[in-house]
Amino acid sequence: MSTAQRIDRLWWAMLAATAASWWIGETGLWTGPLWPLLIVFGLSLFKGLAIALDFMELRGAPAVWRRFVVGWLLLVILVIVALHLGSR
Amino acid sequence: MTADTTTASAAWPASTREDARLAGDLAMWLIIGIEMLTFGLMFIVFSFARMREPAVFHAGQATLDLHLGATNTALLLTGSWCAARAVQALRGGSERRGARWLWGAAGFGVAFLLLKSLEYRAKASAGYDLDTDTFWTFYYLLTGFHFMHVLAAVLLLAGIAWLAPRRGWQGRNTHAPETVTAFWHMVDLLWVVLFPLVYVLR
Repeated sequence: MSTAQRIDRLWWAMLAATAASWWIGETGLWTGPLWPLLIVFGLSLFKGLAIALDFMELRGAPAVWRRFVVGWLLLVILVIVALHLGSR
Repeated sequence: MTADTTTASAAWPASTREDARLAGDLAMWLIIGIEMLTFGLMFIVFSFARMREPAVFHAGQATLDLHLGATNTALLLTGSWCAARAVQALRGGSERRGARWLWGAAGFGVAFLLLKSLEYRAKASAGYDLDTDTFWTFYYLLTGFHFMHVLAAVLLLAGIAWLAPRRGWQGRNTHAPETVTAFWHMVDLLWVVLFPLVYVLR
C-alpha cells in the first residue's frame, strides 16, 4: 500500500469513527453502561494516533517526539475517562 | 516519499531506524509541544469542573448541537487529509497539485471557522455568554482558544499554498510545507479530544 493510499484509508476510517461517536452521543447510550463511554474515547484515541503517527509522520520521527505526543494522548484521555467515571 | 520509506514507515516501532526524522521545523514542534501541554491541562481542568458541577455542565452541554460538532470534526479531519496528501504530492515533484491540496485544506479550515462562528452567534443570541455559568466560561475559553489556532493554521496554509509553486517547494525541498501542515494536524489532534469531551458526552 502506498503512503497516499494509507492516508486515504485512514481518512475514511476516521470519518467512520466520527459517525460512530456521533451515533453514541445521539442515542444517549453513554449515560448507561460503561462500554459506550470507552468506545467513544477509544475512537478518539484511534483518530489521535492516526493523525500523530501517519499525518504528522511521527512513526518515522525520533522516538522522543513520538513518545511525547502518544503519551500526551494516552494520559489526557485516561484522565478524562477517570474523571467521567468519578462523576457517574 | 519513496516506496522504500513507505514500506519502512509502516513498521512499528521506528525508534531504532537511523533515518528517523521529524517532519517540519524543530521550532514549530516546540510550539506544538507547548500548545499540547496547555490544551491538555485545559481538558483536564474542564473534566474536573464537570465532576464538581455535573448539573451545570449537563444543562449547558445539552444545548450544544452534536450534528454541528460532528460536522466540524469531519471538516477538520478532511482538512488534515488534504494537508497530508499535499505533502505527498509536493514530495512527488508536483508543486501545482500540492498547492491545490493545500488550498483544499485551507478551504475546509475556513468552513470550520464559518460553522463555528454560526454556533457562537446562535449561543450568544440565546443569551449564553462567558459569564452565564462555569460551563459556558469553559466552553468559550476552550473552543475559542482552539478557534484562534484554526484561524492561524488557515492563514499559514493559505500562505504556503500560494508560495509553494512560486518557491519550488517540491521533491526534497518541502521543509516549509511540512512545518505548516504539522501545526494544522496538531489543531486537528486537539479537536479529536475536544469533540467527545464537549459535544458527545452530554
